[in-house]
Amino acid sequence: MADKVLMKGNEAIAEAAIIAGCRHYFGYPITPQTEVAAYMAKKMPKIGGTFLQAESEIAAINMVYGVSSAGKRVMTSSSSPGISLKSEGLSYLAGADLPAFVVNVQRGGPGLGGIQPSQSDYFQATRGGGHGDYHMIVYAPASVQEMAALTVKAFDTADKYRMTSMILADGTMGQMMEPVDLESLKVNPAPEKPWATTGTDKKREHNIINSLYLKPEQLEQVNFERYERYKEVEKNEVMFEEYLMDDAEICVAAFGIAARVSKNAINAARAKGIKVGMIRPITLWPFPKDVFKKAAEKVHTFISVELSMGQMIEDVKLATECKANYKLCNRVGGMIPLPEQVLADIEEAAKGGNK
Amino acid sequence: MKTTQYLFAGFGGQGILFAGKFAAYKGLIEDKQVSWLPSYGPEMRGGTASCSVIIGDEPVGSPIVSSPDVLIAMNLPSLDRYEDSVVPGGVIFADSSLIERKVKRDDVKVFYIPATKLADENGVGKLANMIIVGKILKEMNEYNEDSVMAALKKVISAKHADMLDINLKAIKIGFEN
Repeated sequence: MADKVLMKGNEAIAEAAIIAGCRHYFGYPITPQTEVAAYMAKKMPKIGGTFLQAESEIAAINMVYGVSSAGKRVMTSSSSPGISLKSEGLSYLAGADLPAFVVNVQRGGPGLGGIQPSQSDYFQATRGGGHGDYHMIVYAPASVQEMAALTVKAFDTADKYRMTSMILADGTMGQMMEPVDLESLKVNPAPEKPWATTGTDKKREHNIINSLYLKPEQLEQVNFERYERYKEVEKNEVMFEEYLMDDAEICVAAFGIAARVSKNAINAARAKGIKVGMIRPITLWPFPKDVFKKAAEKVHTFISVELSMGQMIEDVKLATECKANYKLCNRVGGMIPLPEQVLADIEEAAKGGNK
Repeated sequence: MKTTQYLFAGFGGQGILFAGKFAAYKGLIEDKQVSWLPSYGPEMRGGTASCSVIIGDEPVGSPIVSSPDVLIAMNLPSLDRYEDSVVPGGVIFADSSLIERKVKRDDVKVFYIPATKLADENGVGKLANMIIVGKILKEMNEYNEDSVMAALKKVISAKHADMLDINLKAIKIGFEN
């Protein structure tokens, strides 16, 4: 039997990235994700990799751009204010169709905010953050095991679709320790990257990595083609978990730590005979629209449990075409809803009855 | 089928997070489902430190302990802050060498142990945390020398292997008091 270890979520991300073949990490410290950088600082020099603490977040994301251009697996990590700084680089990565892996262990905002857990960067992550039309594949782990497994997956999808994939976690997921089984991770080697700037050996034309297109016809075409790829992502990469949804009349929508809290509340509500379940999006983009749409056929109320002022609830409404009742159950600024708060909202929805 | 929610609380520097980590590892070694969640941020530096530990037979839902079954209070601010949150019928362990008052609740079981004083008297330095751990293992009927030793080996890195014996000694002092 594999030796069981307890790891912090942040450490699990770092170790999984190394397992996925990432040998280049660039970052700048910020609570509550600093353990990712600390782990890399310790490990990378021992395995022939690069750990570099850049002079700023902006520098770090541009170093990611450089390594990715050379065809190597590369990552950076930060927390909310740092991701805002990296957003220019995220847009450039998208514009140059470069694969990259980025981690956001969210904290309360806006501005410098606080250092306690939050999910209020949902819009920023799922709508892009930087300028221009683009998407990132956004994963929302709800356990330390998923922090590891989704990191490995994120490197694969980033390479496959030539885009940035992001882990959108929060302070709780980053700081908590749970058992992790690293041996079960399914690792695929990085694919061939014929577009990378690896030196021509005078045998081929130069590869050019660039996001500047001065001819509008050409830039339009590049955008169209990129969105064709996004369609493939939406078709192939949606991930979610359904919990007790078979007979559910009330559906909790929650991801990450909010889903963990909600599970307690749902179990308590079930014990009282309330037919409630949960859809937990694991990919926030692409959003699991179809499963929500299907649920709306029998669910009368959706309760979106979020550590934000109500961001994912908009996607729930869009996916279900505003056909049901909707309720936001939230805490913000680093506060986390208690299971009792979620249970109270479930009970209120149960009293409300059918739409 | 039983899940126990522990809240360890005290001053930063008392080994609160370490004691919690030990408890989580002991659970893991005994094939339980476990989670460990620390308070993080400025309060760790000299203020109050706490960690939530959940050990049970079922997968852990929320890792946040807001209503502990077992509160370990290693200083007065921690007892003041968390006494009311303990579930009725729950248990409180208090370091009576640092907490002069008694627990006010009459619906919980309370164990007082002068852990800091015992640590001084027995030459185990700052290991009041592990003395309390020994007391918990005794009163909760969770003592198992094999898993205690295995868990110590997990939380004490090989580099500090010389600390194993003194930690075990501290646990035993707690167990006997």
